[in-house]
Amino acid sequence: MQTSSLIILIIGLSAISYLTGRNRAQSRRDAGRLLALPTHYGSMTAMWSALPALILLLAWLIFEPGYLHSRVVSTLPDSVTSLSAERIDLYVNKVLLAVQSGVAPDDPSMQRSANTYIEAAKQSRRLLSAILVVLCLSGIAFALSRHLTRLHARRRVEAVVKLVLMVCSGVAIVTTIGIVLSVLFESLRFFESVPIIDFMFGTSWSPQTAIRADQVGSSGSFGAVPLFVGTMLISAIAMIIAVPVGLMTAIYLSEYASPKFRNSAKPALEILAGIPTVVYGFFAALTVAPFIREVGTSIGLSVASESALAAGIVMGVMIIPFVSSLSDDVITAVPQTMRDGSLALGATQSETIKKVIIPAALPGIVGGVLLAASRAVGETMIVVMAAGLSAKLTINPLEAVTTVTVQIVTLLTGDQEFDSPKTLAAFALGLMLFATTLVLNVIALHIVRKYREQYE
Amino acid sequence: MNNTEIVKRGLARRYAREKRFQLYGRCAVMVGFIFLALLLVDIIVKAMPAFSVTEIRLDVAVDRTTLELPAQGALTPELLNGVNYSGLIKQTLRDLFPEVTSRKDKKLLYQLVSSGAEFNLHDLLVNDPGLVGPSPLSIWVKADDDIDTFYKLETVTSRVDERQMEFVDKLKNEARIRTAFNTTFFTASDSREPEQAGIRGALLGSFWTLLVTLLVSLPVGIAAAIYLEEFAPQNRITDFIEININNLAAVPSIVFGLLGLAVFINFFGLPRSAPLVGGLVLSLMTLPTIIIASRAAIKSVPPSIREAALGVGASHMQVVFHHVLPLAMPGILTGAIIGMAQALGETAPLLMIGMIAFIVDVPGGITDSATVLPVQIYLWSDSPERAFTALTAATILVLLGFLTAMNAIAIYLRKRFERRW
Repeated sequence: MQTSSLIILIIGLSAISYLTGRNRAQSRRDAGRLLALPTHYGSMTAMWSALPALILLLAWLIFEPGYLHSRVVSTLPDSVTSLSAERIDLYVNKVLLAVQSGVAPDDPSMQRSANTYIEAAKQSRRLLSAILVVLCLSGIAFALSRHLTRLHARRRVEAVVKLVLMVCSGVAIVTTIGIVLSVLFESLRFFESVPIIDFMFGTSWSPQTAIRADQVGSSGSFGAVPLFVGTMLISAIAMIIAVPVGLMTAIYLSEYASPKFRNSAKPALEILAGIPTVVYGFFAALTVAPFIREVGTSIGLSVASESALAAGIVMGVMIIPFVSSLSDDVITAVPQTMRDGSLALGATQSETIKKVIIPAALPGIVGGVLLAASRAVGETMIVVMAAGLSAKLTINPLEAVTTVTVQIVTLLTGDQEFDSPKTLAAFALGLMLFATTLVLNVIALHIVRKYREQYE
Repeated sequence: MNNTEIVKRGLARRYAREKRFQLYGRCAVMVGFIFLALLLVDIIVKAMPAFSVTEIRLDVAVDRTTLELPAQGALTPELLNGVNYSGLIKQTLRDLFPEVTSRKDKKLLYQLVSSGAEFNLHDLLVNDPGLVGPSPLSIWVKADDDIDTFYKLETVTSRVDERQMEFVDKLKNEARIRTAFNTTFFTASDSREPEQAGIRGALLGSFWTLLVTLLVSLPVGIAAAIYLEEFAPQNRITDFIEININNLAAVPSIVFGLLGLAVFINFFGLPRSAPLVGGLVLSLMTLPTIIIASRAAIKSVPPSIREAALGVGASHMQVVFHHVLPLAMPGILTGAIIGMAQALGETAPLLMIGMIAFIVDVPGGITDSATVLPVQIYLWSDSPERAFTALTAATILVLLGFLTAMNAIAIYLRKRFERRW
């Protein structure tokens, strides 16, 4: 049976058990006192029938592919088992492909393996369905046998619900661990073939690895410095645009603008934050980059068609609302008494802002800027569409540079085997990216938090 | 000279500075607005050509002899499938332009109409065999994308030959060419030919992906928020969870793509390019947004409600599920819609898990190969044909339309159900 129909089966059985449990408790209730509502007894019965079955189903789904794989391996002819481990994997994958596509392979031994696979899969599913039904029914029976008047069903049900809530809140931790482990493991495998020093400090990046052993000139070099420099260059351009504009916007909207203007301008600027990055990428690649190139050529500069400047400017515009809303929060959090004090001494409004409010809000603003910088470093689509692919070590904003995120995308899109240094390099870059943004975020969140405590 | 005089002397300069500072602020706000306006106008202007399409009227002879069908008997689909429709279209074009004789010119002539024309004709006849008969069938077929661009925008490009321009002029004189609304854009899926490409596949792909995202992230997000806000003890584990959620909200989206590739595809063996994996990755991404919004909504329910429920004997769990949660629901849903809007516009992590394959079929479920709207935008923006630029911009408009609608619903919900306690 399909997994989806098994799930429906479990849901159906637990619905029946809910009704049975509730009705039974209802009849008991009429007879005497119960410690909980009939619905709680119903829920308890349903949990007893569904939870063990669902756990079993999950375990089965995790272990079934491995079991089927080993069954296929056991049927392989000697001519195959004598091969290297990778070749065996390749052979098994071919068998699985034949099963999935339904096309009979021409090789008879392969056909036999495929048949074994299909048979084993059928058997496993039959067994699973039988066990699930038995488990559900025995769960119902067990729960019903415990429907004693003294049993506090509500507490049991609530304990389980609380456990589920707890597990759900743990998903955040599991995700973080998953990210760390997945990038870390693949990176370690990458560093086995490419020394970490070469990766961190090498200045030449050309990830084409040799297909044949005797191939010339494509041994692949994985020095990531040009990528780091490119990322920093584009992020710096973005920050040069976003920080002054965002900060001044926040100051104007919170200190000068009339409430009416403020209330209509703020959401309008938030639109900039809601536009998908792929749209910015389109705008950068097809409008801004050609424009900059034209302007550059007209004043006698040679500008690359995928200049860092175009990507940086558009990225800066994307980050403006981010900087402005974070700065707005911290500026409005500065106590009014400080403004009043400064104005009372005769300072103009701009003097108050420059000499009192900004210094007071500085930690919060710095935190916001760091968060924005982490955004810029991790931004992908704008640079994929508007920045270059070739890794050039330069800080000239008119030339094409490439970034960490661009290289991750180019290394991982397209078909290739998963174990080549080329794909693993993407995970090493991912690790660098994750570590950088994590450090930026932790520092920024810490500063912002500290700052909030100061005025609360 | 006393102090008043010193202050007064500096006043003019200080006021000028004040004015300048205000002006900087105004300029900064304007910069944001100008860019927004430029972006929108640019995209709308670029998108316009995609909504209309150039069509050419052909009078195709569909009698049985021309179709090489038996003179008598029923027209089964098998018989009609065997007809050489491509030849039929070419013959019709040759009849329209009898003066064209050289091989090269004929080739240019055939390139006037889209390569999809023969399939349209095939579908038309198979669906209604009654059309086969002595009277010629008058149909509007799509022009090739280069001809389309040339005719609509009236620009001379290197992709259109001079001979072809003459053909178009003749067609124009005979009223055989027109521009119509481009329905293909909404009914077809991806194609290598711009005039046959549409966004239906990407739309459905986005739908399935968002469905998975919603089904996973909403329950888990609400449950996590309830636990953290109502039940979690104040200890290190709770702190750690909170730090994690805040950090995840700021992790670059592409890193989630790497997670999806390594864990969901390589470790669990889920299918590549499927909305299932895309949805799971996006739900991990939107989870922090939903948790943070839900916590704020739950927190804003006043303690008096909880105390009243507890006072009449409800258990803590009953207080939460019967009273707090329903009151917090508008706020939670607002957060969820905003999270979904983010997920709808997300591209980078989906590239990692292979949702950029060229997919012609419309996905029918969460395990079929699919692409989504933003990825379709990315794919088309890379295409060299000029007509794809218009399609890209038009797809962006559709995407922005959906995002606007979602945000409008969120704002409406907030306005309609917001309560001040």
